[in-house]
Amino acid sequence: MDFYLTTVTLGLCYSALALGIYISMKIFNIPDITTDGSYTLGGAVTAVMLTHHQSPYIILPAVIIAGGIAGALTGLIHTKLKINALLAGILVMTALYSVNLTVMGRSNIPLSNLPSIFSSVQVVTDPNQNTFWILLVFVVLITFLIGYLLKTDFGIAMRATGNSESMIRALGVNTDRMKITGLALANALTALSGYFFVQSQDFADINMGIGIVIVGLGSVIIAESLINWLRITSVWLSLILVLGGAVVFQLVLALTLAIGVDPNMLKIVTAVFVLLIVSLPRLSSLRSS
Amino acid sequence: MIAINNVHKTFNKGKANQVNAVNGITLDITEGEFLVIVGSNGSGKTTLLNLVAGSVFPDTGSISIDENNVSKLPDYRRSQWIARVFQNPVSGTASDLSILDNFRLAAIRTKAKGLSIGVNDKFKQQVKEKIATLGMGLENKVEQSMGTLSGGQRQALTLLMSVMDSCNVLLLDEPTAALDPRSAEVVMRTADKLITDFKLTAILITHNLKDAYNYGTRIIQMSEGLVLRDLNNKQKSDLKQNDLFDWFA
Repeated sequence: MDFYLTTVTLGLCYSALALGIYISMKIFNIPDITTDGSYTLGGAVTAVMLTHHQSPYIILPAVIIAGGIAGALTGLIHTKLKINALLAGILVMTALYSVNLTVMGRSNIPLSNLPSIFSSVQVVTDPNQNTFWILLVFVVLITFLIGYLLKTDFGIAMRATGNSESMIRALGVNTDRMKITGLALANALTALSGYFFVQSQDFADINMGIGIVIVGLGSVIIAESLINWLRITSVWLSLILVLGGAVVFQLVLALTLAIGVDPNMLKIVTAVFVLLIVSLPRLSSLRSS
Repeated sequence: MIAINNVHKTFNKGKANQVNAVNGITLDITEGEFLVIVGSNGSGKTTLLNLVAGSVFPDTGSISIDENNVSKLPDYRRSQWIARVFQNPVSGTASDLSILDNFRLAAIRTKAKGLSIGVNDKFKQQVKEKIATLGMGLENKVEQSMGTLSGGQRQALTLLMSVMDSCNVLLLDEPTAALDPRSAEVVMRTADKLITDFKLTAILITHNLKDAYNYGTRIIQMSEGLVLRDLNNKQKSDLKQNDLFDWFA
């Protein structure tokens, strides 16, 4: 039982990241890999502020702003200097490594015995279950906010920006500003994942973000396969599937370890699993035709 | 309504592939005028339309709309006057969004896209009534994504979307080029009706000389970035369809 609980909790930690990737990749159609850097940035800011005895409730907006700035930078480089989005993301991600190291002051910060967002409220006595419930509340709240945003006039304009740029410009939307806002939002969410992760695992590490983008991508791709397969058009259902994708992704990885696969092989299992999910729809259509 | 004053536009200046798309055009388009532009490929028609829309800026010369100098105003700010229908139906609509969402964006073309939810039952009813006037049976499909419709249906809806918000100028860049003859006729008729009903100032680029003959209150022929012929309403109605064919002989 504990095994599943920790896995699902980890999945919930990553669900903000998955929503961020969903926004950049699916809504804006921009392959953004600032993620690795902004995730660690969120964790670094959290860890440093916690060790300076700041309240987790003050750290929360700070993390969101830090991630937002990172994303906005990628957006600015991409739109104003007309640099390929992938490269813009890589540049900011690379630069963030130094920023994160400077913020942290060293490569690893342990946080045990420090108060965190998960110890601030006592819902149930078991600390692991407590973390789970508090995370769940946050994730539901975030999903609700993003879902509402996508339903508003601004949100429709966001969705149209990634879909038909000529149309949305003709309808009076500054697409550059829209993309910068979108990438800021996506990376703010990513940083939020770092904030959750660091407090649930009681440490921050400079390398915690390496390859994290695949976690987000995997979650979104699992969700997308289902969205296409079931022909889902509802914004709410899509978001819930992305959350589900994040949890399923962690469950698959945990089960892989549980059945005795060498942990060194975990990254290759991750890659193969994502490949499988992406190619499944095509493989099944090949067989039927 | 639209004043184009000695406008020049050159692409790839100083390179081997330099193109002098527009070479000093001066054109006054009065309010309510329906201008048809014909001309062979590469004559600068689309560049002229993009200059008016703000997708490209003139090298020299000025453009004003409704007495406002808009020469350096980007397209998304000229949308307060201008609605556009593109040659490719995909460019004028968002495929993955529902018809309703597409119409919502069109309905707030001249306004800010704020943080309130604008797609409600009342709006839906409004859109359904508008779409019903097309007589295409699309009014019961407003929740469907735009991508499920045919090119002709999408162009007709794009036209309708242009008058969802206050509109003075309608730019039509070969709106029927990608359509079969029957859909093309429906789209052109719809366009003509909307232009008359809403008293729009319109510019139509077309390669279809029959459309050029049947529609519009003024016709110009462009060649090598210049206006070759310019016929007003009276002269245009005296024109015979064969004369038009002779222009291209």
